[in-house]
Formats: sequence, C-alpha cells, structure tokens
Amino acid sequence: MFAACADPKAIEGLTWAACYLTSGKHLDFYWSFVTVLMLLAITAPAALAMGFAGATAARSRFLPLSLLGKAYAAIVRGVPDIVFFLFFVIALDQGIEWMKHQIVCPDWTEPVRQGLEFRVCPQAKVPLGSSSAIWHQAYGFGLAVFTFAIVFGAFAANVLYGAMSAVPRSQLETAEAYGMSQGQVFRRILVPQMWVYALPGLSNLWMILIKATPLLFLLGVKDIVYWARELGGSKTQAYEYPHPDWRLWYFLGLLVFYLLFTKVSEIVLARLSARLSHGQATAAGEAMRKVAA
Amino acid sequence: MSCWQTVQDYAFRSIGLGENLLPRTDFTLCQQITLIGSGLIWNIYFGVLALAFGFFLAVAVALAKSSRRALLRKPAEWFVFVLRGSPLFIQFFLAYETLQLLPKAGINLLGITVETSWTTRAWAGALFVLFLNTSAYAAEIFHGALRSIPKGDLEAAEAYGLTGWQKFRRIQWPTMLRLAWPSYTNEAIFLFHATTLVFFSGFPAFRQMGDALYYANYFADKTFNPFVPYPIVAAYFIALTLLLTFAFSLVNKHLNRHLPSNQKSRIRLRPQIIR
Repeated sequence: MFAACADPKAIEGLTWAACYLTSGKHLDFYWSFVTVLMLLAITAPAALAMGFAGATAARSRFLPLSLLGKAYAAIVRGVPDIVFFLFFVIALDQGIEWMKHQIVCPDWTEPVRQGLEFRVCPQAKVPLGSSSAIWHQAYGFGLAVFTFAIVFGAFAANVLYGAMSAVPRSQLETAEAYGMSQGQVFRRILVPQMWVYALPGLSNLWMILIKATPLLFLLGVKDIVYWARELGGSKTQAYEYPHPDWRLWYFLGLLVFYLLFTKVSEIVLARLSARLSHGQATAAGEAMRKVAA
Repeated sequence: MSCWQTVQDYAFRSIGLGENLLPRTDFTLCQQITLIGSGLIWNIYFGVLALAFGFFLAVAVALAKSSRRALLRKPAEWFVFVLRGSPLFIQFFLAYETLQLLPKAGINLLGITVETSWTTRAWAGALFVLFLNTSAYAAEIFHGALRSIPKGDLEAAEAYGLTGWQKFRRIQWPTMLRLAWPSYTNEAIFLFHATTLVFFSGFPAFRQMGDALYYANYFADKTFNPFVPYPIVAAYFIALTLLLTFAFSLVNKHLNRHLPSNQKSRIRLRPQIIR
C-alpha cells in the first residue's frame, strides 16, 4: 500500500507492523467485518418480517395456516440451529437448481440424482459456471442470508406470538366495541402495543444473532473467522511477511470485537426499552412513573 | 449386509469400538441412522458432564456476583460478561489455539511430568469450554433468580432469627432454584444444541470419532443429499430435547411440591432468556 512496503523483508519495527497490517489480505480481512455487519443489517429485518408473518399465521383462525405458523415457530425448540444452517444451504442450492433445470432444460432425459451425484444441465447451474467469481460469492452470501432469516425468523415468530398474546385482552375488546374491524384492531391496537412485550425477547434474539455470525464460516462465506485462520497461520519465508502461528492473537481480536459489539448493543437496547416502557401499563412503566412522581 | 450387522459394526463407532472403516459407497438408511445415533453419545457426554460440573460453578459465580464485596463481585461480573458476550464458536477456536501453545513435552511440576497433549483433544478441551460457557449462562440465570426472591421472604427469615448460612440454606437456595428452574431448563436444552459445534470449530475429530452432526455432515458430503442425514439428526435432537424436558420437569415438580397446583410454574420455551 505504501511505497516503503515495496520490500517487506528489508524493513522492521513499526514500519513493518504498519506495512503488515495494511497488506492486501489484511484489507480483505477488514472488509469481512463489513460482510458480517451487512449480514446483520439484512438478516435482522428479514428475520423480523418472517417472524411477523409466522406469528400472524399462528394466530389465524384458519386451522391449516395456524398449524403452519405454529410448526414454523416450534422448529427452533428441538433442533440445534447449526443443523438448519448446514441443511438449508445445500437444500436451497439444490432446490433452486432443480427448479431452474425443470424450466431451462425440459427435454433433459437423464435423472438429476445419479447415484451419489446431483447433476442438472449446465445451463441450469446457479450461478452459471462461466460467471465471474464475484457472482459465486454473492450467491453464497445470499443463500447464507436467506438461511439466517429462516432460522431466526422462527425464533422471532416465537417472541412475537408471545407478545401478541400478552397485549391485554380488554384493549382489543374495547377496540371491537368501538366498531373496528378485525384488520383495524390488528393494525391500530395490537401491533403498536405488542412491541413493548416483544422487546426483551427481540433484544435477546439480536444478541443471539450477533453471536451466530461466526457460523457464516461454516456456510462457506469468507468471513472474519476464515480470514483470522488464514492470516494467523504460520507463514514461512516464502511469504512476504513471515511470522509464526499468530492465530491466537487474531482470535483474541475477534473476541474483543464481539464483546464490544454485544456491550454496545446491550446499552442501546436498554435505552430503547426504557423509552418504549414510558407510559405503558407494565411493571417497568409503573416503576418509571413512581420515580418521576 | 443386514441392518443388524450394521448396528453391531457402527453402534459404538463414535467411541472407537467396532468397525474402523466408515462406509464409503452404497450408503443405506440403516447405516446413516446407526452412525448418527452413535455420534449422539458424544453430544450426551458433553452435555451431561458440562451441565453437571457447570451447575456448581454457576451457583458459586451467581453468589459472587450478588456479593457486596467488589473483590468477589468484579471477577464474577467479568467472567459472565466475557463468556456470554462472545460467540461459543470463537471460544472454541481460542481455547484450541491456547491449548496448543502448551509445551508438547509436558510440564514439569515438582519433578512430575504432566502430560499436556490430551488437553487439545475434544473430550477434554471442548468439555472445558462448554463447562465454562454453560456456567456463565446459568450464573446469569441464578443471579437473576437470587435478585427476584421476594423481599418479604428474606425479612421473615430474619424475623425468625435466621442469618448467614442458615438463611441461605433454608430460604435463598430453595427459592432461587424454584425461580430459576424453568429458565435453567431452557439453558440445558440450548447447551445440548451447542454441543454440535464442537467438531466444527477447531477441535478435530480424532480417528473420525465425532458427534451426531459430524457424521450427518459426513454423509451429506459423500452422498450430496442433505435430505436424509440432517432430518435424522433433527429427529434425534427432538427426542433428546423431549427427554431432557421430561427429566427437568420431574425436578421442577419436586421443587414446587408444596405449592397448590394452580400456582405451579410450568416449563416452556421462554424466548427472552435463551442463550
């Protein structure tokens, strides 16, 4: 990056450290933090939307829909999330390719599953074998985001379902007495009031989501864990910057990153919770009223 | 090869007994069910031992965290903060890298050489990490329970002349357990789920002796078909979760045996306290 870094073997001390920490691979490493933050930024609203849909479905009066919603919310209870992660990434990939295969190559006669192989016609590969590496990466990232959204959507559905049932029944009955329709009661009374009940659960979910991001590594995305292992591993003299095994230090760095991240989230969420509790008919709201009085 | 033969060969493969070679071609459903079930031994091993040891450390840390003395409180707060604030996945990596730094030849303690190589193996190293991790989560739960013991109960205890150890033994301890138990059940369930991370994070599976997910992943990689092995793991874990919930609900019943039946707390998923 800098001119002084042209010959890394000749420099030492602080200059060496500065050059080492700004090498091309390290810049990739720093970018991977952005990948993680991006994953969180996309996944959190997506999971919330899935959860909202799931919770609404679970409350539905139409039995099959309600069963579907409840089953979706229940999957998180019994099965480790990592099983879903490993499963969905392959299953989604194969599902998408299979569907594209049906559309693109209708006259393909060979079976898709041949013994131990999954073979679709070359035009049905996603992304196409000829497309550039960036598309492969984007596709992998997209699959990971979708998988995270499905799994955490189930957690969120659980939280929101509980929150919806926690809104006092009398509030809804009052709205009905005013002549509001079912949809109006849902939109104007239930949804605005449920957030304060949902917030503790959603805060916890956000923490879990942060702590689940290293699993991106298992899904084949080049995330911070991948780079920490890659950069930290011992480098021989063949490399520009030879050094012994420094993986411990890289992982300590990641640990500090996550600790800071969760700490900041905790502080922000506590403030948000205080603001939402203001004037609410809950224990927290009552406590705030007493302090003010 | 009959299914019974497969069961005999692979039922204890995960602990190194029976047939050494894993199946390579012609994977049958029987093989997948047997081998993945065999891997479950490790999940149960990690879960049960971490939970059993972790319970005591958790109580100690929770008490230290509630202590008025900063010398006790601060370390407990940091312990809980570091282990709850960082991903278990990173903790596994970090522990593995640290344990690898121990001298290979062993440490010389007062003339006795202590072997160190076993610490990097999953059965010891990963168990240690899980033990610390579950202690931190459970400590937070117990700490919360200690803080929500009704004030009147403590005042009544003091009015009866109970102090110190007696007050703890007779009032705080049973009430804490009763209040914490439903959350603690959740923690136990999620700890068992967390055991599937062991062989995916630093700790290598020695001689292909891995847990349920390790074998499921093996089959999914070899057959390129995720639709068989992963549902099998899922089914095993649902069964394990039900069993665990049942066992914990028995304890819960025992803890609440003095209460009238309409006041008893039931155990259910509480999403605000899952890890």
